[in-house]
Amino acid sequence: MGDIAIRVQGISKQYRIGKKERYKTLRDTLASTVTVPFQRAGRLLRGEGLETAERDEMIWALKDISVELRRGEAIGVIGANGSGKSTFLKILSRITEPTTGFADIYGRVGSLLEVGTGFHPELTGRENTYLNGAILGMRRDEIDRKFDEIVAFSEVERFIDTPVKHYSSGMYLRLAFAVAAHLEPEILLVDEVLAVGDAGFQKKCLGKMGSVTKEGRTVLLVSHNMGAIAQLCERTVHLEQGRLKCVGPSAEVVSAYLSSSVGADVKSIWFNDSSKPNHAEVRFISARLLSVDEQPLSVVRFDSAFFVEIAYAVSVPIRDLSISYKVHDTQGNLVFEAMDTDMPEWKGRVRGPGQYRSICEVLPSFLKPGRYHISLCSFIEHVKIIEKQESILSFDVSEVGYPLNPGRLGIVSPVLQWKVIE
Amino acid sequence: MEQNVQVIRIERSRGWVALQLKELWAYRELLYFLVWRDVKVRYKQTALGVSWAIIQPVFTMVVFSLFFGRLAKMPSDGIPYPLFSYAALVPWTFFSHGLTLASNSLVGSANLIKKVYFPRLAIPIASVTSGVIDFVIAFIVLLGMMIYYGVAPTVNVVWLPCLLLITFITSLGVSLWLSALNVQFRDVRYMIPFLTQLWLFATPIAYPSSLLSEPWRTLYSLNPMVGVVEGFRWALLGTETAPGPILIVSSLAALALLVGGAFYFRRLEKTFADVV
Repeated sequence: MGDIAIRVQGISKQYRIGKKERYKTLRDTLASTVTVPFQRAGRLLRGEGLETAERDEMIWALKDISVELRRGEAIGVIGANGSGKSTFLKILSRITEPTTGFADIYGRVGSLLEVGTGFHPELTGRENTYLNGAILGMRRDEIDRKFDEIVAFSEVERFIDTPVKHYSSGMYLRLAFAVAAHLEPEILLVDEVLAVGDAGFQKKCLGKMGSVTKEGRTVLLVSHNMGAIAQLCERTVHLEQGRLKCVGPSAEVVSAYLSSSVGADVKSIWFNDSSKPNHAEVRFISARLLSVDEQPLSVVRFDSAFFVEIAYAVSVPIRDLSISYKVHDTQGNLVFEAMDTDMPEWKGRVRGPGQYRSICEVLPSFLKPGRYHISLCSFIEHVKIIEKQESILSFDVSEVGYPLNPGRLGIVSPVLQWKVIE
Repeated sequence: MEQNVQVIRIERSRGWVALQLKELWAYRELLYFLVWRDVKVRYKQTALGVSWAIIQPVFTMVVFSLFFGRLAKMPSDGIPYPLFSYAALVPWTFFSHGLTLASNSLVGSANLIKKVYFPRLAIPIASVTSGVIDFVIAFIVLLGMMIYYGVAPTVNVVWLPCLLLITFITSLGVSLWLSALNVQFRDVRYMIPFLTQLWLFATPIAYPSSLLSEPWRTLYSLNPMVGVVEGFRWALLGTETAPGPILIVSSLAALALLVGGAFYFRRLEKTFADVV
């Protein structure tokens, strides 16, 4: 057992989601308003909580997970939203208990489920560094020793004695990450904290994570950032709907995940008819992303093209209708805007009543790896905007097939053709 | 090299669980930082700042002196009424503030509870402890009043730390029950002002406990704050009634509250992160 850091044996976690309706008649309801408080009080006094009181609907957030982490190994955890990644991490961090199964942890654990946990807005950067450090499990002399390093890493030296409520969100996150990055437990559990700050700082964070894994510490990293996972972790665990789909070398698991992610995540948005007045001349029906082989997807390889498909219904003949979308990055930059009337043949044409799909091909090797949001708009040029749908769909461009330096500047990162002439 | 690796087993706990005081001790630095944070933040962005620690007991004392002392002519064991009531209000304020803060502390620290592991007992303990500063400030005013009224403390003043400890234990004991319940039922939040108000009148603050005859007086001291308040007057102002039996009953009651509360808290603790 000397070389095992974490052993997870058949861990499951059950959550209840709302309760089923039990009361039938008013008389029952009235009777139960009288008796239930007494039953509840009895349960409370026995310290049972109320979980057994109502027959609730249960779901398994995690089901029968078994995995072993070797000492000094970095392991990634991936999966769609709701696949149980965070629950898994919470159990290993001892924040919540498993319903069945157990895990043995050999060594001092530090967990980072979020950066800046416990930061208090009224306290200064310096005070929060100490507070947050203590919350994360650092000893005071340890923080004393690393304080200058933390401040230098965070790049907020000038404001270290200013209350953090006056910080910009970027400064706040940088300081928070800096504290977290200097945590030195034997086993580190990390959730998605890499996604903070601007690109330059993210690169720095990734570098820091890389050096942590090289120092021979055991790391478990939960992330949506496939590039980071592939780069930092030797092995990766893929969770799907609370179950262990597979464990194996990161490159294999990540590429299998990306190609199989069909049907797992939310990939299309459907608009509800009732939300829109019936007399609207144009109404969005759905929007989704499609791969080149017409599979819906939410994660796109950097080096492959994909399609944005917008379906809509037109109720009266309409001239000069434009269907457009905008792509924003997570910092809120408008990356680009495109509309179907960019095609000259659709300029000035009349679209009669019926259902349409406007499909736009997005270039490969163009959008920087990261997360993007799509907003829709239908309008008649120079006349009016018919409908707007802000940030209704998001997708990730993965780092798979990304040949450039991660710190490449600019909002987009097109791989352009060069000629070098001597 | 790997001989002394600590092994932690993570599994579902059932029923009553151990208090894990050793682990709590290992987290004493975090406890220190939580107290320090509460103290630092308490009067941030208030115009009157730390004087709030004095304003509350002093104004209550003024009101009590006016209505109970002057108008109702309440007996006060031969002590000037303002001093009589203020000496009780100082520990009372520590108790009731600690209770209010600590009972809401878990809900207020929801983000911590959901994101980081540490013994949850640290949160209410820190909340109650942070009130000690306010107590000290209010206590200095009490000393000033004693000088003004020319009342010298008795030698029994050496018992004061003990009395403060009983106050602390009572406040924490009640808070452990209420804070754990508050996670499940926010009803507790609305119950607390009501509870402290009733408790105020069930404690001999505006009146002396000598109004009661034995054995009722000893029975009355099942309310631990009775022992504390009588003890404060006895140690500082030299009221005649030696509170021996009262203090013993009160201390035992306080201890029972604390131990029961701690086990109840630990029992519900595992659900906090999922429910809060």
